Amino acid sequence: MKMPDLNLETLEKRPEIIKALRKIIPEENFGDNIIEDEDGLKVYECDGLSAYCQLPMLVVLPETTEQVSQTLKYCSDNDIKVVARGSGTSLSGGALPLADAVLLGLGKFNKIIDIDYNNRTVVAQPGVTNLSITEAVMHNNFYYAPDPSSQIACSIGGNVAENSGGVHCLKYGLTTNNILGIEMVLMNGDIITLGGKYLDAGGYDFLGILAGSEGLLGVITEVTVRILRKPDLARAMLIGFDDIVAAGDCVASIIGAGIIPGGMEMMDKLAIKAAEDFIQAGYPLDVEALLIVELDGPKSEIDYLINIVEDISKDHGAGYIRISNNDSEREIFWAGRKAAFPAVGRITPDYYCMDGTIPRSKLPEVLKSMNEMSEKYDLRVANVFHAGDGNLHPLIMYDANKEGELKRAEDFGSEILKLCVEVGGVLTGEHGVGVEKRDLMSTMFTEEDLKQQQRVKCAFDPEGLLNPGKVFPTLHRCSELGRVHVHQGKTRFPDIPHF
Amino acid sequence: MSSVFSPDTPKDLLDCIKMACGQGEKFEIRGQGSKRGWGRPIHNCRILDLGKLSGISLYEPKELVLSAAAGTTMKSIVETLRDNDQYLAFEPPKLSSLYDGSDKCGTLGGVIATNLSGPRRLSAGAARDHLLGFEAVSGAGEYFKSGGRVVKNVTGFDLSKLLAGSFGTLAAMTSITVKVLPRPNKSRTLLVRGLENKAAIKVLSESLSLSLEVSGAAHLPIGISNKSSIPYISSDNSSVTVIRLEGHAPSVEARCKIVKKIWREYGDIEELHTHNTEKFWNEISGIVTFLDQEANQIWRISVPPSQGAELLVKLKEKLKCDAFFDWGGGLIWLSESNETKYSEKIIREAMSEQSGHATLFRASDKDRESFDVFNPQPNALMNITRKIKKNFDPHGVLNPERMYEGV
Repeated sequence: MKMPDLNLETLEKRPEIIKALRKIIPEENFGDNIIEDEDGLKVYECDGLSAYCQLPMLVVLPETTEQVSQTLKYCSDNDIKVVARGSGTSLSGGALPLADAVLLGLGKFNKIIDIDYNNRTVVAQPGVTNLSITEAVMHNNFYYAPDPSSQIACSIGGNVAENSGGVHCLKYGLTTNNILGIEMVLMNGDIITLGGKYLDAGGYDFLGILAGSEGLLGVITEVTVRILRKPDLARAMLIGFDDIVAAGDCVASIIGAGIIPGGMEMMDKLAIKAAEDFIQAGYPLDVEALLIVELDGPKSEIDYLINIVEDISKDHGAGYIRISNNDSEREIFWAGRKAAFPAVGRITPDYYCMDGTIPRSKLPEVLKSMNEMSEKYDLRVANVFHAGDGNLHPLIMYDANKEGELKRAEDFGSEILKLCVEVGGVLTGEHGVGVEKRDLMSTMFTEEDLKQQQRVKCAFDPEGLLNPGKVFPTLHRCSELGRVHVHQGKTRFPDIPHF
Repeated sequence: MSSVFSPDTPKDLLDCIKMACGQGEKFEIRGQGSKRGWGRPIHNCRILDLGKLSGISLYEPKELVLSAAAGTTMKSIVETLRDNDQYLAFEPPKLSSLYDGSDKCGTLGGVIATNLSGPRRLSAGAARDHLLGFEAVSGAGEYFKSGGRVVKNVTGFDLSKLLAGSFGTLAAMTSITVKVLPRPNKSRTLLVRGLENKAAIKVLSESLSLSLEVSGAAHLPIGISNKSSIPYISSDNSSVTVIRLEGHAPSVEARCKIVKKIWREYGDIEELHTHNTEKFWNEISGIVTFLDQEANQIWRISVPPSQGAELLVKLKEKLKCDAFFDWGGGLIWLSESNETKYSEKIIREAMSEQSGHATLFRASDKDRESFDVFNPQPNALMNITRKIKKNFDPHGVLNPERMYEGV
């Protein structure tokens, strides 16, 4: 993975930079808040995509928005790159450090600032974990809807940066649909506030563009989220099929019948077996595909919808149907699915998790091709899907210690993602582009498409100092993007090489 | 040269804008022109009429997705969806009667460009939340796309959000892909009378804090409710507080029961069934029924719901106006009925003391020219706004100054 050229001048100035940042961070906190020794830096060398590692130049852990502002301003004035990091759970290398960059950790922004039941909002600092927002309001039967699998560890700031999803986003939306406001600091040190405890602030929707911007536009220092009342009841169904295509059709029919379940997940045979061996959730082992459908709402609604879903499933040839009778049973149904990744991890030395999204109707075609690819690359693949929204998580199994297997797994993954784009889908549904899918962006976007995204980047961070080397395969200098060459009705741009 | 350009194809549109970049030409983008009275007036521009870029290019009901050219009329989209028992859940309102008194429904491009949404905003989101992807020509004369046709997508920056609500100032959209949803097969409106604004909003807030999936929560003060064409709403000269529940029949019935139990202490509860519910919420989203049609200015004010009632009290001390609440108290629609020249100042001053924003939704050309139509932004934010505009439309070709003076 080629990263931006090292700025040797910055590296030479490292002692000077540390000295300057010490002036910004209060003296009594040096030990804690500025990390410069190799052992300390090692903690930050990678995120959830552990195939890529890099020690940062140094780590700063500010505690106030003002400190973030001064740090960014100093770095901006001195042409120093900055990578922001929450809990470091990104699966796409979004928080991968750079050798010549300051890593700005937001772990000390760990407080919930305000809980407002009248307006149904919570204001949290970015380092607060996703789950602790729910925990802070659950005694009043409220919760925060987006629930990425890593919710116990991942931070709300990171959720905004990645526009995280989760199993419930089919019904309740992604992060972008559940945040109302943010406070953030721009690379030049400006502190800006977007939105608040109200809807649809006028002007350009910068709140919307910040969600999923992968730390390239600013550093978030506060987030206002919407909270919801917990549904009265939730029941889950396990539905087994002899044929994975029938399972896919069943998903389409449930949605086609006007039912939007709280969650709708699918696993293939290999994933079912791995999960069952690991968790003993009681999954049937003689089926090709297993659906987990969760319905939530008032009891009468669930009773009514469960019957409809049951009928639809039978129409599609479901040979196995089990319905949870209480919450602990429902949780066991989910436990296997939620542990599917580590479960697959038990049957293979390494696995590589992909994240493409496809139109649901293309599932049979994509599965067939994936099986062919599995033979071609001689690597097994287990499939876990967010079936309701067409988001696939093929887990490619390999052994990094065997020569050439990592490369084969990566090539296999790339081919899957290219296929997703070919059938009308996208490269990443919820894990982000980061460094992992950066060089595949051109399979989905033209040069012109990518330039428009970079025009946004240039408005927020014209020098390209925030999280460089992520998301975009080609680095355009903003001055060049800004110029429009019109010659006989044709525009021209110099070709700048990949880094 | 004609003052109206009507490109037949996206390629024509691209050529038009490239030409404009080279020759210093400027365009006002128009679909049906049904919302021309919203935003700052545009001067000395040729009309770029997107009406010929029309037609639904993809509609897969089972996939819950529809793509159409930007100039496709909302009428044809709504009808096509209705034939399949589907709809646009964000409930885009028909506003033409507010502006030019016509019966036009506008175009899909116009709805997205203004990020319109109706009462269901609370539960279903705004237009922005339903826009999956688009193709467009930027003001710099570059044809580009963003997003796709699937809901779950974090591939690159979400330019859909940027374009939604940008009033055509950054790019002219050619094709738009939106999420569609099954129409609820049953809907009910529950209403209780005689509550003061503050008490009503408390009742709405209480109901929104339950797990009832309320899809509309409004309050019509005394003197406003009697303008409704539905006798249940208008007959008694009292305030009316309403919520809407939609979905599968047994679920709607069950939720109605819960609300009735809670609301019993506030007075007699009446119920509108599906037909009247649809009619009533169309009146709420179309707003004009409940406001003073002759008013000089109509405002849309969005605030934290718990502060809506107090803000209106403050405004009424200085302003003669008609007003009602939507979004559980978070949205105030207000028509200013006296001749005061200072209403803009009064509203802006009140807003400067609290969080939220106010949009001058309808006013004379002169007022929309001399006053801020959108809430003024702090400097740092305005700088970004200017840079975005300049980066996407360096020559100021598209809808110049429609949102902000000099942008």
